[in-house]
Amino acid sequence: MFSGYSCRYFGYLVSKKKYIVSIDDDCVPAKDPKGVLVDAVSQHVTNLENPATPLFFNTLYDPYCEGADFVRGYPFSLRSGVPCAASCGLWLNLADLDAPTQALKTEQRNTSYVDAVMTVPLKAMLPISGINIAFNRELVGPALVPALRIAGEGKVRWETLEDVWCGMCLKHISDHLGYGVKTGLPYVWRNERGDAVESLRKKWEGMKLMEKSVPFFEALKLPESAVSVEDCVVELAKAVKEQLGSDDPAFTQAADAMVKWVQLWNSVNSSG
Amino acid sequence: MVDPANTVGIPVNPTPLLKDELDIVIPTIRNLDFLEMWRPFLQPYHLIIVQDGDPTKKIHVPEGYDYELYNRNDINRILGPKASCISFKDSACRCFGYMVSKKKYIFTIDDDCFVAKDPAGKAVNALEQHIKNLLCPSTPLFFNTLYDPYREGADFVRGYPFSLREGVSTAVSHGLWLNIPDYDAPTQLVKPKERNTRYVDAVMTIPKGTLFPMCGMNLAFDRDLIGPAMYFGLMGDGQPIGRYDDMWAGWCIKVICDHLGLGVKTGLPYIYHSKASNPFVNLKKEYKGIFWQEDIIPFFQNVKLSKEATTVQQCYIELSKMVKEKLSSLDPYFDKLADAMVTWIEAWDELNPPATA
Repeated sequence: MFSGYSCRYFGYLVSKKKYIVSIDDDCVPAKDPKGVLVDAVSQHVTNLENPATPLFFNTLYDPYCEGADFVRGYPFSLRSGVPCAASCGLWLNLADLDAPTQALKTEQRNTSYVDAVMTVPLKAMLPISGINIAFNRELVGPALVPALRIAGEGKVRWETLEDVWCGMCLKHISDHLGYGVKTGLPYVWRNERGDAVESLRKKWEGMKLMEKSVPFFEALKLPESAVSVEDCVVELAKAVKEQLGSDDPAFTQAADAMVKWVQLWNSVNSSG
Repeated sequence: MVDPANTVGIPVNPTPLLKDELDIVIPTIRNLDFLEMWRPFLQPYHLIIVQDGDPTKKIHVPEGYDYELYNRNDINRILGPKASCISFKDSACRCFGYMVSKKKYIFTIDDDCFVAKDPAGKAVNALEQHIKNLLCPSTPLFFNTLYDPYREGADFVRGYPFSLREGVSTAVSHGLWLNIPDYDAPTQLVKPKERNTRYVDAVMTIPKGTLFPMCGMNLAFDRDLIGPAMYFGLMGDGQPIGRYDDMWAGWCIKVICDHLGLGVKTGLPYIYHSKASNPFVNLKKEYKGIFWQEDIIPFFQNVKLSKEATTVQQCYIELSKMVKEKLSSLDPYFDKLADAMVTWIEAWDELNPPATA
């Protein structure tokens, strides 16, 4: 459960703090367009401490930041927002592209600094990257599940999908419980690691698993009775086993891992 | 603080994209002086000017622009009794321009919108960006964290399903505003000095199932794909509400685009919005809308169009029936609005008959 990139989940498990920030070890602080170093931790905390607005899209992005607000036409009853569960940051230089894309565009570097934080709307799915992420551990800790391992999972990001699967679960559970997920700032500067073309040589299992996951998550409805994060993870694992288990053993393993993870979480984090 | 761009000396665009396939619709009641500044980017295109207010007033169009102009008398003459669906004394009248256009694409802009500068100080050709947005697919079914994946220097991120990477057709491109932001009256009253100085360098697709407040100040759309749904409602003279014309259209087009599998983008381009309207006047126009939108939003969030509704007109008529059924109890205004929605479609079809085979 805790091998490779997933070793970090052990850290999430044993932490006693409210917020977690997790960044890959090949990332360093980025510079903003003014040349100032970006304090990614500080930005993540700001994101997590301010409400999210998943129920209606604000065209000026984050309404709570300095110099911005809700635009004309934004319903007033929705302006207090909901608690923010996770803050997904981005990457300059080497963006989090998959192996085929990076292999095709070997010279491509992300130089575009998009100065915005926004809430990903309710029901919208997205690929959450584990490279630069923060979350409210008290709110949704158990929902970050170290579950999906693809066959031949390697030591470079292009050969993993654990964070993307974790993110799909996290988003779905956040939507169900009325929390928000933000994306955008902060940026980190990501460096060269691994060879995309080399990664292509391995049969890329991830592609097939994602294709199966999308309709599953789209149609999934967690029961009303699932009111805690742990309940949600268990219900989600059940649904994965029932509906995806026969498609690929990786899903069955993921479902089992999710259940085990919740048990572990509860035993490590029980009081007394 | 931000300033508008100085466009003096910029040559008129020698290769204007979609020159013969796009009309620029501008509602006005005052003058069109702002077009002087837009020359390099807009002069090659045909304008449709919808003159609101006093039809006897002569609106001067800067030299060199090719245009057709319609005042209230023209609207009444062309539509006859159906002219009742076109607002008077409100910029909502601009949708008459959408109806009479014969082009595939529309760009609409307000007469107090100037050319913006990007962070490098370069003048932003807003129309060119809108066209790029419209010609490029949208991705409403899965959010790309690097925003527009088709843009130079960007792509789909790891984990983005390959089967969804072709995207869908883009129906609407919603641009933004530097300087005076599009705030409602209460926010304007509380923050009269706030200016939008943040240039967010991204275009993104608004996900399926998500509603947004669509502003008509800087907007472009594919008339063939979504035109009939771009009705800007009953506002202004004789109506209990104003400043919700574009909002109403935005909610309608979004549910229809979601139903028909079309995309709506927001973000770039920016224009420079120069004039803040009077917040007290705005409050009087908007205040009913502020209450009503609390019911209108859940209405739109729960709209389910039938499988049989496969054209924009069919979707829109179905929507009008739902408005009549579910919102009339909120205020009799919605009963009138539902009727006007039907009148609008009838007028649209009359002026835009399907081409005979």
